[in-house]
Amino acid sequence: MSATTAGGRAGSIHSPLAEFWRRFRRKHIALVSGAVILLLVTASVAAPLIAPYGPAVPDYNNVLAGPSLAHLCGTDTFGRDILSRIIWGGRISLSVGFISVALGGLVGVVMGLVSGYFGGLIDSFSMRLCDVLLAFPGILLAIGVVAVLGPGIDNVIYAVAVFSVPVFARLVRGSTLALKQTLYVQAARSIGVSRFKLMFQHILPGALPAVIVYFSLRIGSSILVAASLSFIGLGAQPPSPEWGAMLADGRSYLGVADQMTLFPGLAIFITALAFNLLGDGLRDALDQKLR
Amino acid sequence: MNTSPASPLLAIEGLSIAFGPPAESSVVVSRLDLAIAPGETVALVGESGSGKSVTALAVTRLLDFAGGRITEGRIALACRDGVVRDLARESQATMRNLRGPEFSMVFQEPMSSLNPVLRVGEQIAEAVMLHQGMGHAAARAETRRLLERVRIPEAARQLDRFPFQLSGGMRQRVMIAMALSCRPRLLIADEPTTALDVTVQAQVLRLIEALQKESGMALLFITHDMGVVAEIADRVVVMRQGEKVEEGPVTDIFDSPRHDYTRMLLDAVPVLGSLAGTPLPLPFALPGESPAPQDTLRQGPPVLRLVGLSTRFDVRHNFRRIGRIHAVEHVDLAIRPGETLALVGESGCGKSTTGRSVIRLEQFEEGEIWLGDRDVSRLRRGAEKELRRRVQFVFQDPFSSLDPHLTIGFSIAEPIMTHRLAHGRAVAERVNTLLGQVNLPGEFAHRYPHELSGGQRQRVCIARALASEPDLIIADEAVAALDVSIRAQVVNLLMRLQAEHGIAYLFISHDMAVVERIAHRVAVMYLGQIVEIGPRQAVIGDPQHPYTRRLLAAVPVADPRRRGHDRGLDDSEVPSPLRRLDDPPTIAPLVEVGPGHFVARHHVGGLY
Repeated sequence: MSATTAGGRAGSIHSPLAEFWRRFRRKHIALVSGAVILLLVTASVAAPLIAPYGPAVPDYNNVLAGPSLAHLCGTDTFGRDILSRIIWGGRISLSVGFISVALGGLVGVVMGLVSGYFGGLIDSFSMRLCDVLLAFPGILLAIGVVAVLGPGIDNVIYAVAVFSVPVFARLVRGSTLALKQTLYVQAARSIGVSRFKLMFQHILPGALPAVIVYFSLRIGSSILVAASLSFIGLGAQPPSPEWGAMLADGRSYLGVADQMTLFPGLAIFITALAFNLLGDGLRDALDQKLR
Repeated sequence: MNTSPASPLLAIEGLSIAFGPPAESSVVVSRLDLAIAPGETVALVGESGSGKSVTALAVTRLLDFAGGRITEGRIALACRDGVVRDLARESQATMRNLRGPEFSMVFQEPMSSLNPVLRVGEQIAEAVMLHQGMGHAAARAETRRLLERVRIPEAARQLDRFPFQLSGGMRQRVMIAMALSCRPRLLIADEPTTALDVTVQAQVLRLIEALQKESGMALLFITHDMGVVAEIADRVVVMRQGEKVEEGPVTDIFDSPRHDYTRMLLDAVPVLGSLAGTPLPLPFALPGESPAPQDTLRQGPPVLRLVGLSTRFDVRHNFRRIGRIHAVEHVDLAIRPGETLALVGESGCGKSTTGRSVIRLEQFEEGEIWLGDRDVSRLRRGAEKELRRRVQFVFQDPFSSLDPHLTIGFSIAEPIMTHRLAHGRAVAERVNTLLGQVNLPGEFAHRYPHELSGGQRQRVCIARALASEPDLIIADEAVAALDVSIRAQVVNLLMRLQAEHGIAYLFISHDMAVVERIAHRVAVMYLGQIVEIGPRQAVIGDPQHPYTRRLLAAVPVADPRRRGHDRGLDDSEVPSPLRRLDDPPTIAPLVEVGPGHFVARHHVGGLY
C-alpha cells in the first residue's frame, strides 16, 4: 500500500445517513411530530386491542353524552363511543392519506423522471398536463374525480392521488434535469448503462430526499382533502368512522353536542399538523441548499 | 535578502490554527514561523491539506468567517504608521481598516470572487472610494488607471463590462487591480494562477512580478506548483500537514533540498525537456521505483481513427441561429494499439469536446469514427454497445464522476454487468482483481466514494475504465485535479497498465510536462483544429507551429536560474471559436515537415 499515501481521515467523514440523523436530531419539533405520527399509526393498527368499544356499538342509555370516565370523548347520536370511533377511523384516514400519496407519488416520480430525462415532446406534453392539473383547486379536482367514479372511500384515494401527481412530477423533473448533467451520470452513460438503469439507479437516488420531504407534506394535506370529501358526503359513507364523515354527523348537533365535532376535528388537525411539521424538519435535514 | 530579515514586514511566530468546536477541534496549522521582509516574495508551498491557505486566511483574519480559530502565536505586521500590530489579537473593526492599505488578497477563483451582477469598474471603484475617500468621478478615473496598470487592453471600455464578459485571465487581472487599489504593502496571493491556462498563467505571473517591482510591495505567494515557485519566489517555505518542513532561499531549496518531503515534491514535478534524449515514454522516478523507458506500441491497425470529425454548437437568440461555435473542426487522427496520443491545448480549444464526441457525450455533426475496422459513427444498437465497451473515459474530477449513492465495488462492477462480461461470483472476483491492479485494497469495494481521497477515487475511476477490457481509454485531464505527488503515482499507474494490457490512451491535457512523460505522440489543438501533430520528441523538441512554441514557452520551468523574465509581457488572448454563420473557418490539410510530423500552414484564426 505504499502507493496510496494520501489515505486521508476517512473515519472522520460522516456517511449520508449519519449526517442526516445528526442534523435531524436537533429538530425537536419534527422529532415530536414523528413520535405523534408513530403513536397515531400504532393506535390505528392496534385499534381492536386498545379501543374501549367497537366503532359501531350503540349505547342507547348514553346518547349524545358529554365526556365522562366511561366515554372519554363522549358519545354520538346513537350512543357510539367517539374515542373508539376516532381510533378506528384513524385506520381509514391514515391509510387513505398514505395510499393516495404513494400512488400519486409513484406515478408522479416516474412521470418526472421520464419527462426530465427524455425532454422534448414527452416533456412538453406531461408538463402541460401537470399545469392543467395544478390549475384546478385540489378539492374541486377531487370532487370532479369522485363525481366521475362515484362516491366511496376507494375512489377518494384515486381522487386524492390524482392531485399529488403533478407535484411529484414537477419536483422530480427538476432534480432529473440537474442530475442528468452531473459527471457521474455522464460517466455511467459513457460506459453504456441502459437508460432505465440510468434513471432508476443513478438519477432517482439523488432525487429521493426531496421526494421523501414532499411525501410527508402531502400526506398531511391528503388527509385533509379526504376528510373534506367525506364531510360533504362524497367519501366514506355512514356508519364508517372516517373522521370527515364523523364531522359531518356532528354538524347538526353543534352547540348541543360539541364533542361530536370537536374531537374528530382535533384528530384531523393534529394528524395533518404532525405530518407537515415532520416534513419541514425532514426538509431542513435533507435539503443541501438550506444549509 | 536571502536570510531572514532583521526588520520584517510580517512576522508570524508560533502560529497554531484549529477548526471545529474546542472539544473535538482538529489542528490544521501548528507552531508556524514565517517572516516576510518589505519587497520580498515568499512562496508558501504544499499539497492540499498542508494548511497553506489557512495560514493566509489567518493573516487576513478572514479565518474568523471560515470557522477557524487562532489558538496560539503572533502575527506581527509592521504598519505604515510605524506601529507593529498583532493581527492575531486585533478586533475585526481594526482588521477592516488594515485590509486594503496594509495588505490585500487575490484568490484562486477569478470566476467566483467577482460579484456577477456588478460591472467590474463599479467593483473596483467601490474599494477605491471606501479606502481613499474619493468621489465617484475621481474613483472612476483611478479605476481606469488601475486597469491600465494591470495591462487590461482598452481599459476605458472594460470598466462597464460585467465579469461574465471577461475571460479568466482578464478577471484575475481585475482581481489584482482591486487588490492593488489601496496600494497595499503586502499582497497575499492564494493560488492566483492555478485555475488559468499556462499561457495566461505566464502572463499573470509576469504581471505580478512587474507590479511588485514598480511598487515595492511584499508578496506572499501560495501555490502547490514548484514550477511557479521557481519563476517568482525569493524565499520558499514548504509546509506539510500544518507544519513547516523546510525554509530557505529559492536556489537552495531547488539545488539542495534537505527534507525528504521537499525532495519528493521536486522529484514529482515533471520538468519539460527532461526526456529530450529518448523517444519512449518514461515513468516518474518515485521512491522505491527505478523506471525504464517502456516500448508499448503493438503492431496492428489503429484502435481509433477519426476522419474529419467536426462538432459544432449553434448559438441561438430568439429561436434564430445567430452564430456557431466550431468546437471541433475537421479533426483527423489515429491511435495505434498500445500508443498514447496526447491532445494538448488551452481551455476552449476543443480537446475535451473531441474526447466527448468520440464516446458520444456530445453529438458530432460530421465525420467518421472507426474502431479498428468498424465504422461506429452511425450508432446502431450493436455499434453503440461495441463503442461503449471498447472505449472508456476517465474524467478530470474524481469527486463528481463517481455516483455518491453507490459503493466503489458496484461502480466498478457496473461496466462488467452492463456488457455481461461475467456473472455471479465472478463479478466480485473481477472487481477484486481490478482494485488490486490499481493498488487499492479489496475491501474498498464496500466503501462509498466520500470515504476516499482524490487520488484513491481517481484510481477507482481507472479500475472502472479497465473493467470492460477496453482497447482505448480517453483520459480527459485525468491527473489535473491531483496533488503533484499523487499525480506522478497515477501517471505511473497508467503507464504500467499500458505496458501490461496494451491499452491505447487518448491523453487530453494542458500540462505539457506530464504529456512529455506519458505520450508517444502529441497533437496540439487550437480553435478546434489540430495545428501540429507528430512524435513527442519532434513536437516538444522542435515545435514548428507558432502556437505550439507559445504553449511550450509558457510552461514554468522548475529551475530558479532559468526564469522567463526576458520573455516580456504578452497580453494577447486566445480568440473565441464562435463564428458568424456565413464565416466558416479555413480548413486545409496539414503539411508534413518530418517523419510523421505534420503542421498547419494555413491561417486557423486569431493570431495564427
